[in-house]
Amino acid sequence: MYAFTYHRPDTVRQAAGLVARKEDAKVLAGGQTLLPTMKQRLASPGNLVDLGSVAEMKGIERKGRTIVIGAMTTHADVAGSPLVQEAIPGLAALAGNIGDPHVRNRGTIGGSIANNDPAADYPAACLAMGATIITNKRKIAADAFFQGMFDTALDEGEIVTRVAFPIPGKAAYAKFPNPASRYALVGVCVAKRGSEVRVAVTGAGASGVFRWPEAEAALSKRFSSKSLEGMAAKAAGLNTDIHADAEYRAHLIGVMARRAVDAAVGK
Amino acid sequence: MATVSMTVNGKAVTADIDSRTLLVQFIRENQLLTGTHVGCDTSQCGACVVHIDGKAVKSCTTLALQCQGANVVTIEGIAAADGTLHPMQEAFREHHGLQCGFCTPGMIMSAIDIVNRKGNDLDEHTIREELEGNICRCTGYHNIVRAVDAGAKAMAGSAKPMKHAAE
Ligand SMILES: Cc1cc2nc3c(=O)[nH]c(=O)nc-3n(C[C@H](O)[C@H](O)[C@H](O)COP(=O)(O)OP(=O)(O)OC[C@H]3O[C@@H](n4cnc5c(N)ncnc54)[C@H](O)[C@@H]3O)c2cc1C
Ligand code: FES
Ligand code: FES
Repeated sequence: MYAFTYHRPDTVRQAAGLVARKEDAKVLAGGQTLLPTMKQRLASPGNLVDLGSVAEMKGIERKGRTIVIGAMTTHADVAGSPLVQEAIPGLAALAGNIGDPHVRNRGTIGGSIANNDPAADYPAACLAMGATIITNKRKIAADAFFQGMFDTALDEGEIVTRVAFPIPGKAAYAKFPNPASRYALVGVCVAKRGSEVRVAVTGAGASGVFRWPEAEAALSKRFSSKSLEGMAAKAAGLNTDIHADAEYRAHLIGVMARRAVDAAVGK
Repeated sequence: MATVSMTVNGKAVTADIDSRTLLVQFIRENQLLTGTHVGCDTSQCGACVVHIDGKAVKSCTTLALQCQGANVVTIEGIAAADGTLHPMQEAFREHHGLQCGFCTPGMIMSAIDIVNRKGNDLDEHTIREELEGNICRCTGYHNIVRAVDAGAKAMAGSAKPMKHAAE
């Protein structure tokens, strides 16, 4: 790890000010991705702005038909939240399945979506549930936020403060974890809100999380795993690596989508 | 350099450290508590697990500076004041939940965290799922799982307060 200067602001304003003013500054959330990356010297920020004391970025509340989660809320807190468990059980289950208990005790929803790892779980939930990402500057729809591998709509120095999830009628996430890393080899999140059905896929795409329109169309007619019987995604544009080739991932997308629908309807 | 203050196993400590200092380095090299191990240094193995404010974390993936004001408990801090082993330590001994012992401090700190969250009556599936972040290269896990199960039950009946309980 290269040397850096450490800062610990108490408010979003102070944090944004530090990031804007200090040279080569990066925010630190749970550190579960950033610290390993810094140890490998793949990142070497000159200034590290720790968001750990920014109280206004923590916590979960229900606002009408929306669950709003502070960016610094840990995966463990989302998984264990009675509010989330009641309103969007599929989201609580997703958070409870990220990595391992130690990672869940530190890793945050803001860090996960800002990082936009192509195999991360939260991006699929944000996209399928039509979440809104709230920053210190603006509100960004999930459809516009995730822009490719490790790439988002965030400007330089922009800070995610909250994520708002409209409460779906039914939603669930199914993941086929890489047995070693627990990241998604393929993860599929399905959500039904009113007559709209959205299906988002993570872990498989060469440019990160994406929607699967054919499955959405089929499920819009009838929200049942039967509607997806025999369906697989197109292998073109999917990843091939030592863990799985594109054809296998395409097949797994169909399997995970059916499992997610079954879980969403309570089967 | 930066100054950090925290509580380690019940003792208030303050030190001037390089900002880069990981919590595990602070514990081992500054506090000279070498029970917390570094297995992988890449956030995978759990040999470095300690409790921060009662929650299990990987101390190789935490900066010491992030623990300003926090209550840190390591494997050295869980036995009773009179030296009696913590019921989870005793269970690992009793059930031969270790061979070389390198992973054991992390296993025990994780196991206590599991009991804190999930209670004293754990089934095997839960224990195995919850040990996802702890790797053992020796035992094959069977005896570790037995030890965690027995330790969890023993914790229900244990009257002895931990020396430096943060939970
Ligand atoms: C062993 C292990 C297993 C894991 N398994 C999984 C898994 O199964 N699924 C999964 O999805 N993830 C997994 N992760 C990743 C984990 O969820 C991370 O916590 C997450 O990706 C990053 O969150 P963080 O809070 O740790 O962010 P950090 O590591 O602190 O930051 C990550 C990046 O985001 C930026 N950032 C952080 N917060 C904000 C913010 N509020 N606004 C703007 N930018 C910000 C940082 O500057 C940095 O570039 C795993 C990690 C480990 C170590
Ligand atoms: S040394 Fe920290 S997880 Fe392996
Ligand atoms: S006992 Fe040797 S690594 Fe677990």
